[in-house]
Amino acid sequence: MDLSVDVQLDLHRRMVRIRLFEEAAGRLAESNRLPGFLHLYVGEEAVAAGVCGALNDDDHITSTHRGHGHLVAKGGDFNRMMAELMGKATGYCKGKGGSMHISDTSLGMLGANGIVGAGSPIAVGAAFANRYRGRGQVAVAFFGDGSTNIGAFHEAANMACALHLPIVFACENNEYGEFTPRDKTMAITDIVDRAAGYGMPGVIVDGMDVIAVHEAAVEAVERARSGGGPSLIEAKTYRFYNHHGVQNLGLKYRSDDEVAMWKQRDPIFTLEDRMIENKAATRDQFDAIWAELRADIDTAIAFADESPYPTPDQIMVGVYTSMTGAQ
Amino acid sequence: MADERKLAYVMAFNEAVKQQMEADPNVFCAGEDIGAFGGVFGTFGGLQARFGADRVVDTPISEQAIVGLGVGAAVTGLRPIVDLMFMDFICVALDQIVNQAAKLKYMFGGDAVLPLTITTAGGGGLSAAAQHSQSLEALLCHIPGLKVVMPSNPYDMKGLMTACIQENNPTVMIKHKRLLGMTGHVPEESYSIPLGKGNILRPGKDVSIVAYARMANEALVAAEELAKDGIDCEIIDPRTLQPLDTDLIVSSVKKTNHAVVVHEAVRFGGLGGEIASQIQELAFDYLDAPVTRIGAPFSPVPFSPALEQHYIPNAKTIVQGVRDVMARV
Repeated sequence: MDLSVDVQLDLHRRMVRIRLFEEAAGRLAESNRLPGFLHLYVGEEAVAAGVCGALNDDDHITSTHRGHGHLVAKGGDFNRMMAELMGKATGYCKGKGGSMHISDTSLGMLGANGIVGAGSPIAVGAAFANRYRGRGQVAVAFFGDGSTNIGAFHEAANMACALHLPIVFACENNEYGEFTPRDKTMAITDIVDRAAGYGMPGVIVDGMDVIAVHEAAVEAVERARSGGGPSLIEAKTYRFYNHHGVQNLGLKYRSDDEVAMWKQRDPIFTLEDRMIENKAATRDQFDAIWAELRADIDTAIAFADESPYPTPDQIMVGVYTSMTGAQ
Repeated sequence: MADERKLAYVMAFNEAVKQQMEADPNVFCAGEDIGAFGGVFGTFGGLQARFGADRVVDTPISEQAIVGLGVGAAVTGLRPIVDLMFMDFICVALDQIVNQAAKLKYMFGGDAVLPLTITTAGGGGLSAAAQHSQSLEALLCHIPGLKVVMPSNPYDMKGLMTACIQENNPTVMIKHKRLLGMTGHVPEESYSIPLGKGNILRPGKDVSIVAYARMANEALVAAEELAKDGIDCEIIDPRTLQPLDTDLIVSSVKKTNHAVVVHEAVRFGGLGGEIASQIQELAFDYLDAPVTRIGAPFSPVPFSPALEQHYIPNAKTIVQGVRDVMARV
């Protein structure tokens, strides 16, 4: 598949937006301006961008604890995201969710999730509803390698295949489940081996190559949309930072050399170099994109800073909806 | 009325589902063995034949994914009814119930509607032993975001199930296995009973018995026995346990000055503790005696009928509990 320059630039833009948001969040966390936990997506941008670039606005995704990238890639608004990370009333979740529950149902983003593996069954439900309505929507479950060790993943994969639902299982295999390497927690090397056990096709892609991810996603999404059922994409990727927080080097569970090796394969710079080499874009063009999006981030931080915190009378708001009957 | 329409508790459930599926194409059911088989208790009998396999869905034995299916479908606009065959199995699906269904709306800042009904069958009395007989409602009532319903008779079953399906919050409808065959008046037309509204099953002036599900029926038997001694029992069936109709309970206690709370669940940490506490906080000055709680002993549900019949509270234990409370005046 030869992707048009426009599509490549679109994928690039999604990745840069994620990178800038995450780097900004990291800096804010370092200066203690973000409450709670922070799981940065830096390094894995090609997966969210490549997959979400293959989706329509009304398709659904479920996400993980490392979920900012998925929302950004689905079109998330920087201002409301940054405000949510700061716990402000103007945030996506009005300060009720934070980093681990950031969501925008109007974009089909059904939430980051603090429980490893919990998103996959919910994506199965979204896929069921999509087929039920018959409007051709699909659902994507994003999940990590570690979550394929929990029962929820297996139940979801099996049920999706048993019911032949329009869903794509998109695995971000970053080789670590929190602080433990994959080879200590499973006896297989490739997550894709699990797909066959449920009767769905699976493919391994270079998760640092957004074009490769995108091409696999287009095929899987098309399969789902056209009634071909579930499939699994395993993207081999890497998180540049620690499981949570902003430390990247000097960690006990992985070597600095390993980090450096993966950073050599930075998904954004790899794409930029390739596009420049193919004369599909220029360095000046990329510089302008980074500058434009940096300005958006600065705006978002200012918006979040200036936004009010929720007032205590909001604690009980949103536990239940008072509506009954038809929505 | 001799000609009033009678229906079994299980069929009242079935009729509510059927009527709501007819009324709203977004309503569907999913669960283990509910399709062609009609559910292990016959609760979904005939529904797949009527509405098709796309709307009455047989699932794998995968409780997490069954509830997840409901959560995902509800949050994207459908109105799912997902069935967990036995209440004990909610433990297999607790993440999806407690961490997902109950909290999604709140965590999303209100930006989610979850018209999800989880149905299950609770309670003992069938020698089904410790993993198929539990009453775990207190666990669910402790979770903000859920509504919990336990009907005691066919009329309430149909009205409450209809309300659950129409409700835009996650609800858990707990059928009592020993009440499935109970018959009673059930109007044919669709009706709903508001969630959170209790019912005075028997008016009385001497003591308030708060009891739900099967225990409400045991309390009715006990009340007849106590009436022979001149003790006039008022029986309050909360029907919905979350939200709880505290006002109804408290106003009754203010009238009778005595309260006995009965449930089939183990006494320690059960909902009876919460109800007793509410009474104590809101009607302390009206109480002539401490609130009595009747519940199962703190053991798993035993298998043998010889044990189980002594384990589950019944009319006799309720009679004794009421006499104890009255004796303390």
